[in-house]
Amino acid sequence: MKAQVTVTLKSGILDPQGKAIEGALRSLGVGGIASVRQGKVFDIEIADGDRAGVEAKLREAAEKLLANTLIENYDVKLIG
Amino acid sequence: MKAAVIVFPGINRERDMARTLKLVSDREPAMVWHADTALPAGTDIVALPGGFSYGDYLRCGAIAARAPVMEAVRTFAANGGLVLGVCNGFQILCEAGLLPGVLMRNTGLKFVCREVYLRVERSDTPFTRGYNAGQVICVPTAHGEGNYVADSETIARLEGESRVVFRYTAPDGALAPEWNFNGATNAIAGIVNARGNVLGMMPHPENHVEAALGPTDGRGLFQGLEEYLDRAA
Repeated sequence: MKAQVTVTLKSGILDPQGKAIEGALRSLGVGGIASVRQGKVFDIEIADGDRAGVEAKLREAAEKLLANTLIENYDVKLIG
Repeated sequence: MKAAVIVFPGINRERDMARTLKLVSDREPAMVWHADTALPAGTDIVALPGGFSYGDYLRCGAIAARAPVMEAVRTFAANGGLVLGVCNGFQILCEAGLLPGVLMRNTGLKFVCREVYLRVERSDTPFTRGYNAGQVICVPTAHGEGNYVADSETIARLEGESRVVFRYTAPDGALAPEWNFNGATNAIAGIVNARGNVLGMMPHPENHVEAALGPTDGRGLFQGLEEYLDRAA
C-alpha cells in the first residue's frame, strides 16, 4: 500500500517562499494566478497493516514529525 | 558553571559556544552527543548552539528536537535547569515544545549575516542579569529563518508575562521596521519559557565576547549566568 501525506501552511501564516514563487510566475508571464502557497508532499510506502491502522499510524507520523501543527495542516491519503 | 553543549550533526557553532563558556567560567564545558541519553552529573546549564542540525531537513530544528538527548534536556528543564538555545538552538527548542511559537523564513527571504541591535527588555532573569533593562547591545546574527511567529493568543501571553527578553531595535533602542530585519512578530529576538529557565534567541551573543575580535556586548549574558550559577552553587 502507498500513501501520501500533504503538509500545507495554515491560512493566515505568511509564506514568503510562496510569495516569491508567485512573483516569479508573474514575471514569466504565466497569467491568471491569484496566489501561491508552498507546501510539502511525502510519498510513503507502507510495509504492512490494515487501512484503519495505517491511517492512524500516518496521522501519528504527521503529528509527531511531518507537520508542525502550530503553523501547518496535514492531509493523509491512502493510495491503492 | 558546569555547562553541557549539545552537539547535533550539522551544527557549526558548538566550538564558539564552548569557547565562550570556558572564557567566563574557566571551566571546559562537556560536549554531549545527540545520541546520548543523559547529561553529565552536576550539569547546571545546557547550551544548544547554532548551525544547521540535520541539514535543517524537514523544518529547522525539527529532527534535532526529536533526538534522544532531547529527552534528557526536557527533564533537565522540567527540573528547573537552565537551557540556552541560540539560533538553530532556538529553533530546536521551539520544535521540541520547550518554547512556544516557530521561526519562519525571514520576510526578505535572505540569509542575514551581520551585526544587529537588541534591546534587553528585562534584567531579572538568570540570562540577562548582566545587563540593565532597556540597554541596547550589539551582537552578530546569521540566519535565514528567524522570523518569530506564534498565534495571537501566544503573543499576547508572552507580552503580558514579559517573556520577550530581547527585541530587534535601532541602536538607540527605538523600534522600527527597518531594524526588525527578519520580520519577527513584535520584533521578537529572544523569549523565555513561563518558568524563566529556558531562553531561546536568534542572534549570537557568544560571538561578541572578546575585545580582540571587536565588541564584547555578548559577554554580559554569559558573565551574568556564571555569577548566577556561582551564587547558586
